[in-house]
Amino acid sequence: MPLETFRRETREWLAQNCPPEMRKPSRGEPDICWGGRNWEFQSEDQKIWLERMAARGWTVPMWPKEYGGGGLSREEEKILREEMRAISARSPLESFGIWMLGPALLQFGSEAQKLEHLPKIARGEIRWCQGYSEPGAGSDLASLQTKAEDKGDHFLVNGQKIWTSYADKADWIFCLVRTDPAAPKHKGISFVLFDMATPGVTTKPILLISGKSPFCETFFDNVKVPKANLVGTLNDGWTIAKYLLTHERASIGGGLAIAGMRSLPAEAIKAIGRDESGRLADPFVREEVIRAEIDGRALLATIERYKAEAKAGQGVGAKSAILKYAGTELNKRRYEAFMTIGGSDALEWESERSEEGTLAREWLRTKANSIEGGTSEIMLGIVAKRILDLPEA
Amino acid sequence: MIALDEDRIMLRDTAREFLTDKSPVSELRRLRDSRNEDGFSRELWGGMKDMGWTGILIDEDHGGSDFGHVGMALVCEEMGRTLAASPFLSTAVMAATAIGRGGSGEQKKKWLPAIAEAKAIIALAVDEGRKHAPEKTALKAELAGNAFTLNGEKTFVIDGHVADAIIVAARTAGEPGDKNGISLFLVDAKAPGISVERVITVDSRNSARIKFDNVNAVEALGETGKSFNLLENALNAGRAGVAAELLGIAGESFDRTVAYLKERKQFGKLIGSFQALQHRAAHLFGEIELLRSLVLAACVTLDKSPDAAGTAVSAAKYKACEVGRLAVSEAVQMFGGMGMTDEIDIGFFMKRARSTQELLGDAYFHADRFALSQKY
Ligand SMILES: Cc1cc2nc3c(=O)[nH]c(=O)nc-3n(C[C@H](O)[C@H](O)[C@H](O)COP(=O)(O)OP(=O)(O)OC[C@H]3O[C@@H](n4cnc5c(N)ncnc54)[C@H](O)[C@@H]3O)c2cc1C
Repeated sequence: MPLETFRRETREWLAQNCPPEMRKPSRGEPDICWGGRNWEFQSEDQKIWLERMAARGWTVPMWPKEYGGGGLSREEEKILREEMRAISARSPLESFGIWMLGPALLQFGSEAQKLEHLPKIARGEIRWCQGYSEPGAGSDLASLQTKAEDKGDHFLVNGQKIWTSYADKADWIFCLVRTDPAAPKHKGISFVLFDMATPGVTTKPILLISGKSPFCETFFDNVKVPKANLVGTLNDGWTIAKYLLTHERASIGGGLAIAGMRSLPAEAIKAIGRDESGRLADPFVREEVIRAEIDGRALLATIERYKAEAKAGQGVGAKSAILKYAGTELNKRRYEAFMTIGGSDALEWESERSEEGTLAREWLRTKANSIEGGTSEIMLGIVAKRILDLPEA
Repeated sequence: MIALDEDRIMLRDTAREFLTDKSPVSELRRLRDSRNEDGFSRELWGGMKDMGWTGILIDEDHGGSDFGHVGMALVCEEMGRTLAASPFLSTAVMAATAIGRGGSGEQKKKWLPAIAEAKAIIALAVDEGRKHAPEKTALKAELAGNAFTLNGEKTFVIDGHVADAIIVAARTAGEPGDKNGISLFLVDAKAPGISVERVITVDSRNSARIKFDNVNAVEALGETGKSFNLLENALNAGRAGVAAELLGIAGESFDRTVAYLKERKQFGKLIGSFQALQHRAAHLFGEIELLRSLVLAACVTLDKSPDAAGTAVSAAKYKACEVGRLAVSEAVQMFGGMGMTDEIDIGFFMKRARSTQELLGDAYFHADRFALSQKY
């Protein structure tokens, strides 16, 4: 189909099918649809929107149709995004399944695993969590200790994960486990999937500085995992783990670049006002805003350039580390600026005026950006080693 | 956004090959040490003509190669890498744009082929004070009969000391600060009343201070009193070129620094194994990547819709100033004492980075212009 036809038809379809509530700018977290067995839709419109988009495969526009995707080309997907943005349409579904597990399964999963799991991700029926980090294995992820013993038809999993985002809300987990304790640390890890309702799985929420508890300690006590749930080759899970991390990092960096929930210039003008000549009245804040805005443009342009280069078969490796580092550090700077602009108003924590301290809580949440998915220091280390080829310490 | 296609990759690769061969940094050193009169090599300029670079922004009808701004930036970046001195920016970028976009059919026929054939060096005289501020143009142009008389002074005129002709921004109406009332005149550099002082700058390059004392100007470019936009077109092409040059300066000093990190040993180890240095190098690499995208985005916009490119150009030049400064500072620091010596080239990059930061608007100028374009 010619792209212009696709654009016209997409525009018409969106106009007819995107419910009014779903065209109001998202307030971020409270408006996200995560899906899952126990998902309670915030509104009828949210439910309809998910169903309609999923029916077209447009929750995951570029996945193949047979796995619940839309089968769109990169150009078509870009048009879809543009047309959605043009009417401020919200994303119908966000999930770890979409950002992380999906791409890994498409690459490494068996046909049966793809057919089993991908359509449920696309339709928002199953919500996934990520069981990577452990108390003793954060940046040094490959030193993880959770073990899976071979019991013939199943693995027996024992151990503990930590920082498992939304583990208490998730239906399934993709999990890194040690299957060969004798092998060097990268060589004895496997990638398995299991239902969080399996006996022996328990979760305990952790209270964060934002006052919220989006993540948990997750305990495994003699959890039986069918052998069919092993993804890829036994003891070669590290390859999948890394591949998935690349997607996670790129989507963190990219997500922050387009997370247009708060506009820095707009909020600055609202709070500070303009001087006689129409300029944002505080020159120091103005400079902060300009720096952040230009870096935001630079990040977006870089994401677009990398996509174009990938398509043309060019470019450097380990790009996701650059995007993750630049995007998260920028987002932290932006939120420091929002707090400065807000002044003492931004400190309010429990008032209705501040919607229960929304800004302050968001500000605190951004501090995790440069930790989750690999810290900034780890990203810089990856660039130093993989791209610059600097010697080991 | 685009990826470079095969033609452009070839343009970049041949530019790199040509410049590393014909104009490595040692060539700038030679020009400096021999106190060369022109401050650049005319033979090299002829070579650039043979490569089609003098006509890079000139259409084929007027003898140009018409590679567009993306191509122009690739060449500028490579020039930044070897610090090649030539009248490329003044003549092939800014003058070619001013004449190509604002000249009459006659003027184009007269000047564009001359530029493409490297027969004319044309400087653009805009700044009058310490800082770039085109709308503050005060140099007076008064109508006397059917010609104008120019009186005033220009400074930081790139290639003014070797120019055959000068495009002068002058005020025919209004007050300094008004965009209205600015006109462009093309005058012969040897015209009576023009006195040129060559200024050798910190980077061993040249600019000129030029006095205009009752200079007769008959040839206007564009509409008298309404040429600010045309001037901006020329300047924006130049600013994108300078941003690309800074990208090359940053990239080359970075590459040399990384090479040094893999070669210099202290405490019995390569200094590149120290994490403090690794992380600073990795950060700088990321910044250069971001800059590259902004330069490319600015040039894509200049090719598509030059009148709407101001914002993208300012974003690029702003970031170029910041990243350029960081790159050369880190380079000198990581080279240690060696970085401070005239013997190695790093200092040349630091000096050129300083003057290209200043050239056609520094980071503050472009930050401000960016904000203005976004209405804050
Ligand atoms: C909001 C949030 C959500 C998360 N969600 C999940 C999830 O869903 N699933 C999951 O598995 N994990 C999750 N994580 C965990 C996250 O991946 C880890 O926190 C992260 O990898 C860092 O590990 P750590 O916390 O153990 O810190 P550490 O590794 O102990 O790091 C402490 C400090 O030391 C630095 N450091 C460590 N090693 C080096 C080195 N070699 N060189 C220089 N500096 C170094 C780090 O950069 C950091 O500054 C989440 C974390 C956050 C904050």
